Amino acid sequence: MSDVLERPEAAPLDDGQLKVVGTRPIRPDGAEKVTGKAMYGADLAMPGQLVGKIKRSPHPHARIVSIDTRRAKALPGVKAVVTAADFPELANEEYEVGEGASNVRDLAMNVIARDKALYDGHAVAAVAATSSAIADEALALITVEYEVLPHVTDVEAAMAPDAPVLHDHLFTAGLAEKPSSPSNIAKRNELKRGDLGAGFAEADVVVEGRYTTAAVHQGYIEPHACVASFGADGQCQVWSSSQGQFMIRTYCAKVLGLESSDIRVTPAEIGGGFGGKTTVYLEPVALALSRQCGHPVKMVMTRDEVFRATGPTSGAVVEVKLGAKADGTIVAADVVLKYQAGAFPGSPVSPGTMTALACYDVPNFSIVGFDVVTNTPKVAAYRAPGAPISAFGVESAMDDLALKLGMDPIALREKNAVRDGVKAAYGPTFRNIGYVETLEAIKNHPHYAAPLGPNQGRGVAVGFWFNIGGESTAAVNLGEDGTAVVITGNPDIGGSRASMAMMAAEVLGLPVEKVRPIVADTASIGFSMLTGGSRTTFATGMAVTQAAQKIVEDLKRRAALLMDVAVDEVEFVNGAAVCRDPAKGKADLTIAQLAAKAAQTGGPIGAQVSLNAQGAGPGFGVHVCDVEVDPETGHVTVLRYTAAQDVGKAIHPSYVEGQIQGGVAQGVGWALNEEYIFDRSGRMENPGFLDYRVPVASDLPMIDAVLVEVANPRHPFGAKGVGEVPIVPPLAAVANAVRGAIGRRLTDLPLSPPKIRAAIDAG
Amino acid sequence: MTTKRQHISAVVNGDPVDFLTEPGATLLDALRDDLGLTGSKEGCGSGDCGACSVILDGRLVCSCLVLAVEAEGRRVETIEGLADGSKLHPLQQKFLEHAALQCGFCTPGLLVAAKALLDVNPDPTESEARYWLAGNLCRCTGYDKVIRAVMDAAAELRQVRV
Repeated sequence: MSDVLERPEAAPLDDGQLKVVGTRPIRPDGAEKVTGKAMYGADLAMPGQLVGKIKRSPHPHARIVSIDTRRAKALPGVKAVVTAADFPELANEEYEVGEGASNVRDLAMNVIARDKALYDGHAVAAVAATSSAIADEALALITVEYEVLPHVTDVEAAMAPDAPVLHDHLFTAGLAEKPSSPSNIAKRNELKRGDLGAGFAEADVVVEGRYTTAAVHQGYIEPHACVASFGADGQCQVWSSSQGQFMIRTYCAKVLGLESSDIRVTPAEIGGGFGGKTTVYLEPVALALSRQCGHPVKMVMTRDEVFRATGPTSGAVVEVKLGAKADGTIVAADVVLKYQAGAFPGSPVSPGTMTALACYDVPNFSIVGFDVVTNTPKVAAYRAPGAPISAFGVESAMDDLALKLGMDPIALREKNAVRDGVKAAYGPTFRNIGYVETLEAIKNHPHYAAPLGPNQGRGVAVGFWFNIGGESTAAVNLGEDGTAVVITGNPDIGGSRASMAMMAAEVLGLPVEKVRPIVADTASIGFSMLTGGSRTTFATGMAVTQAAQKIVEDLKRRAALLMDVAVDEVEFVNGAAVCRDPAKGKADLTIAQLAAKAAQTGGPIGAQVSLNAQGAGPGFGVHVCDVEVDPETGHVTVLRYTAAQDVGKAIHPSYVEGQIQGGVAQGVGWALNEEYIFDRSGRMENPGFLDYRVPVASDLPMIDAVLVEVANPRHPFGAKGVGEVPIVPPLAAVANAVRGAIGRRLTDLPLSPPKIRAAIDAG
Repeated sequence: MTTKRQHISAVVNGDPVDFLTEPGATLLDALRDDLGLTGSKEGCGSGDCGACSVILDGRLVCSCLVLAVEAEGRRVETIEGLADGSKLHPLQQKFLEHAALQCGFCTPGLLVAAKALLDVNPDPTESEARYWLAGNLCRCTGYDKVIRAVMDAAAELRQVRV
């Protein structure tokens, strides 16, 4: 059933009353995961399943002249071979699944190349065979004739007027006049306020810089994997690892021209996503192969395929100019963002522009963003998409501004901080934000005053993310013994089963162990947007809480019947219905007692709530990082890291800390090690974890996560999204610390040892 | 081209097993596909991520870098053998208590690697634990709670020994 769209603002429950929320129980899916029993994407085997594999373009840009699959089809053991000819041609259509919109025609052409291969690794054909070896042999027997075209992988090179054009139909959107010729600049977007010229004229101090970041991958350890089965009656089953089973259903339906109700998607456990599993790569191909041969088809990517054909996020160029009065008041900011989208439009430059100055109350600014296609894999969402890149530029410039003004970096940020009532650079007016409190948490932290040794430096940076709400469904059903099952449609990517169970337990007055959270398939629960945008604990948690509250209301009604009193004489306390009037001598009725008598009071006890959650509270993070630079080798060691964040209310503090620690680690990798490297022929040179180096345990110190709780009154327990903010500040926090250690500003990520050595030598 | 399969006998988690394997198949393939032990994960297939960590005759290895035929006559310990029946190993228990996993995909490999560490070094420093586990990538946790769990489990195991 459909329920409340927008709840009136209500004060969250007083902390003193909470029994479950805010504690640290063992997660309900934990035992399965520490014993190896949890089933991830590649762990399922269906009877009679075949092995599906993809043939990929070795060229970054090439016209596909012809594909000859005859020899592959003739190979014994090969059951199906598909190319783009086996998929419908689609119209231009934008579709929103939860974290950014996708154009379904582009999506389909990314799943399998139609006329042109647009990056090294672009899928061009696929086979299903009875064994992995036969599938490999079949791929080798497919002959693709390419007309190789000039390519471009660098964002600024792709913007040049003489650059090879990826899409003849792509004309820059967002310009005053429609351009006359196609361009790799898909879109220009702009945010403005005040008078930039007048602002800079007022400034006593101006700093500016040009900052570059490399494309980096989400780096989830589990490669994409699925099993798909297309029935003779057109009924399809997909079992896959993703951030949203409903997203998989929608995209498979659109890419293959099927109806949603004919596709049932069961979510596997997901081995990390970070935004990278908010789209489809394998599932429509596996379904197309299965449709052709009638067998279930299992497809699992290699790590090489994951790097070459999924993710990453944009490589980018950021230009920042800031003007401030001598007292530190920022009076003007000019920001230009150029983000690589990969083979199809849709870089996260729009959120990059919206977040760039979100932490600051600036009277005059211009933020211009460019979304640029390149012959590289189509970017996918990556944790706070776009924000770490723009923050790297702005927070590096803020560090220079503090140095130039001789101000403490926290004091400079406090001076210009957004507060409740301030209109954000991206539009809305902030309410119930905890940014200043978060700055204070770092200012007062012992880390901020700790002494530094030689070759050591300290960096500060801040970050912002909107967080979203959106559509969610949850059901809560009581068993005959009074225990509860909570059913949602959101894959548990980092502990959300625990938070769902805890919120339901809190409302129902049950110990959390008596609440079993389940992530259901698309046929077993109502629609939910995918797990992304830091929305699940907020939005799906709201649905869970409301469903549990409905059950409480129902239990009171049932108790009143059994007690033979009026409903308003019954209240629900600590998991039991209690008659308000002790004089009536009615014994309390526990949930278990009420559940046992359900048949006498109206039948099974359960409630479902579908809603579109509004009022997600934005999140702010303030990070401080100490590094030591080895002047001999240029190697950077992160010595100490403290990250404070306004989380609203931590439902399960350990998993909130874990989100912060994990986001910091990814951000440190982005700052120091990680980058896509393309050779002159446009091929990725480092598609493996040996040469694409994500942080390992010995690269990092303990990461101190400081939880600041400024409640979000729109959530029943005050929660704000927490997962994305923590990756926003680290790029600049690390770079600012390196600046402190070596006395020179580095602006080109990653800060690899050769770059640092070169900077030291130039010094 | 498909080649004739080899018959392999080994001991996995204390039990004798037999399986047929292609000469090019890895131990990880055999564990997952032939023996149904899918707790060991393939994250890279090149020995860089450690998600497939197993203990082979007492030595920690990436099972994706070992040929299945090399397991002939040898002892293999996997994540499925870490708990004592339904009683969790202290490492498993501490991973749960410390919230040392998020997605859980790297967890089996980390647990097996941590077990191998504590088998040879019951009292590791934090730094020793970090370097030992440097072959096991975790993208979710930033390793903080993982290291705390390993150190806590080591302390508990030392008490048990005393």
